Amino acid sequence: MKILVPVKRVVDFNVKVRVKSDQSGVETANVKMSMNPFDEIAVEEAVRIKEAGAAEEVVAVSLGVPQAAETIRTALAMGADRGILVKTEEALEPLAVAKLLKAIVEREAPGLVILGKQAIDDDSNQTGQMLAALLGWPQGTFASKVVLQDGFVEVTREVDGGLETLKLKRPAVITTDLRLNEPRYASLPSIMKAKKKPIEELTPGALGVDVAPRLEVLKVTEPPKRTAGVRVNSVAELVDKLRNEAKVLP
Amino acid sequence: MTAAAPSAAHKAKPVSDTDTRFAWDDPFRLWEQLSEEERLIAEAARQYCQEKLMPRVLEANRHERFDRAIMDEMGALGFLGSTIPEEYGGAGASYVSYGLIAREVERVDSGYRSAMSVQSSLVMYPIYAYGSDEQRRKYLPKLAKGEWVGCFGLTEPDAGSDPASMKTTAKAVDGGYRLNGSKMWITNSPIADVFVVWAKSDPDGKIRGFILEKGMKGLSAPKIEGKFALRASITGEIVMDDVFVPAENLLPNAVGLRGPFGCLNRARYGIAWGALGAAEFCWHAARQYALDRIVFGKPLAATQLVQKKLADMQTEIALGLQGALAVGRLMDAGKLMPEAISLVKRNSCGKALEIARAARDIHGGNGIADEFHVIRHVMNLEAVNTYEGTHDVHALILGRAQTGIQAFG
Repeated sequence: MKILVPVKRVVDFNVKVRVKSDQSGVETANVKMSMNPFDEIAVEEAVRIKEAGAAEEVVAVSLGVPQAAETIRTALAMGADRGILVKTEEALEPLAVAKLLKAIVEREAPGLVILGKQAIDDDSNQTGQMLAALLGWPQGTFASKVVLQDGFVEVTREVDGGLETLKLKRPAVITTDLRLNEPRYASLPSIMKAKKKPIEELTPGALGVDVAPRLEVLKVTEPPKRTAGVRVNSVAELVDKLRNEAKVLP
Repeated sequence: MTAAAPSAAHKAKPVSDTDTRFAWDDPFRLWEQLSEEERLIAEAARQYCQEKLMPRVLEANRHERFDRAIMDEMGALGFLGSTIPEEYGGAGASYVSYGLIAREVERVDSGYRSAMSVQSSLVMYPIYAYGSDEQRRKYLPKLAKGEWVGCFGLTEPDAGSDPASMKTTAKAVDGGYRLNGSKMWITNSPIADVFVVWAKSDPDGKIRGFILEKGMKGLSAPKIEGKFALRASITGEIVMDDVFVPAENLLPNAVGLRGPFGCLNRARYGIAWGALGAAEFCWHAARQYALDRIVFGKPLAATQLVQKKLADMQTEIALGLQGALAVGRLMDAGKLMPEAISLVKRNSCGKALEIARAARDIHGGNGIADEFHVIRHVMNLEAVNTYEGTHDVHALILGRAQTGIQAFG
């Protein structure tokens, strides 16, 4: 079995994100970028499945600017076998990402696609679901445990009030939650080895996918600053404020 | 025309100032001067150090404890002897990569970096550079994994900056040598499995290197208690009382002080990066503290005195890192100049110590509490500024290099 792991290059989680002065988005120029943490978990899970002997190959794929090759290289250093980079300068929306991934899935025919449940930049939480729908494959989202069975995969998901276990027929799409695993640190020898692993470069055109944006961003703004609290003198005043100012009481 | 102009201006892509936005914590864009591989290595090192080393350093330092498991962890990640070729268990990484790792480890603690430097530059390097192939194959893979811990014995109680005056001797006897003497301030010695020891040796009284192993009769390594620096790393003596060392444990390719100095050059280079990592921690901590701490109704950072200190820290660190990178690039190009290493070792340590002291000052009373970590770096850097060639001795090396006059004695 082959496992496909899409990985996204995002603003590093340690960076304090700033809105561009023209409000068209957030600043990404000269900002430290790294792999989406949920995708790291996806890579780790795929590599563990391979190390357990249940998969032969892990393919990492990233879509976007040429520097996304570095994100693929990180996946290769963690144990993925080869990479695919679909190069485009276009800002990709989840639907375009899902369409590109579908085209790659059709080329590669993996038995599983494992990806982060969302990216920490736009927090869309859509790509995995859209991909499963476009492929007509079963999906197990927010996986906290993945167990391979003959022709199937059992996915435990964290839902409100408990855990839900699904049995999916393979091929399937799995999106990862935080508690699925703890990604390994890339060791120096594996980083050196990753240098020699191949990364194939493609374009949306070559895959026959139109990635033109369907959505228009009107503006991006900072969240409003929190204002200082006030001290109330009595319970009656508190209840009054909750009812009439905050409108959280009927 | 008057109507068209604003519309055209509106449509034109706005000239963005973001492309040249100044990053306060990386003024010269060091990150972009690194190769993809170097960035990946630095990132992996930073993650490990922040997530695994940082949480245990407070207790380790407070109680003067070295966690032996750290050597295994560093070994698994390939941090030990990273520049040694793969066939001997190393990673074959560049000197710039080695420097970047040292910077990340020392951002947490100079003691942890010392443990790594000693194993890499002072134990694995001499066995690789001066050892026989049998010695390389016997020792290097286990040292690279952290399965064995190594130490380096050059300094003596009465021979620090002047190693040529060492008293340790190696007398030729049947089948090998008999070593007598003692070594002082030896990082890792109490837990070491392998000891690279330098001694004045028969037949000519010249300094030669020997590989000693734990358990050899007459060899002991008592711990030095009560250090106020590098408390998270273990330091001891090496005492040799008629220790018999078989002939095959002599390092065949090093005669004279050139041997130990070849190792020290590499370790000093790592220190030049590492000390700046400690300085960076102190600078970032001082900046954050100054932003958060309200004094006389405004943040400490709103005062000119504090801003001047922060600007000095930023300047020295940014310039210092460029120097360390330049020396690393030279070493990777096969151009090793001990004087250039002296320059960056001296500069980084001296500046890092000043920065740590100023950062402690900005922290006020909190600056002396170990929870804020800065006082630990101050104490560590006192040692780092002293070991592997003091600030003043490196000045004499640079003085000799430009005047031709030796002024050591």
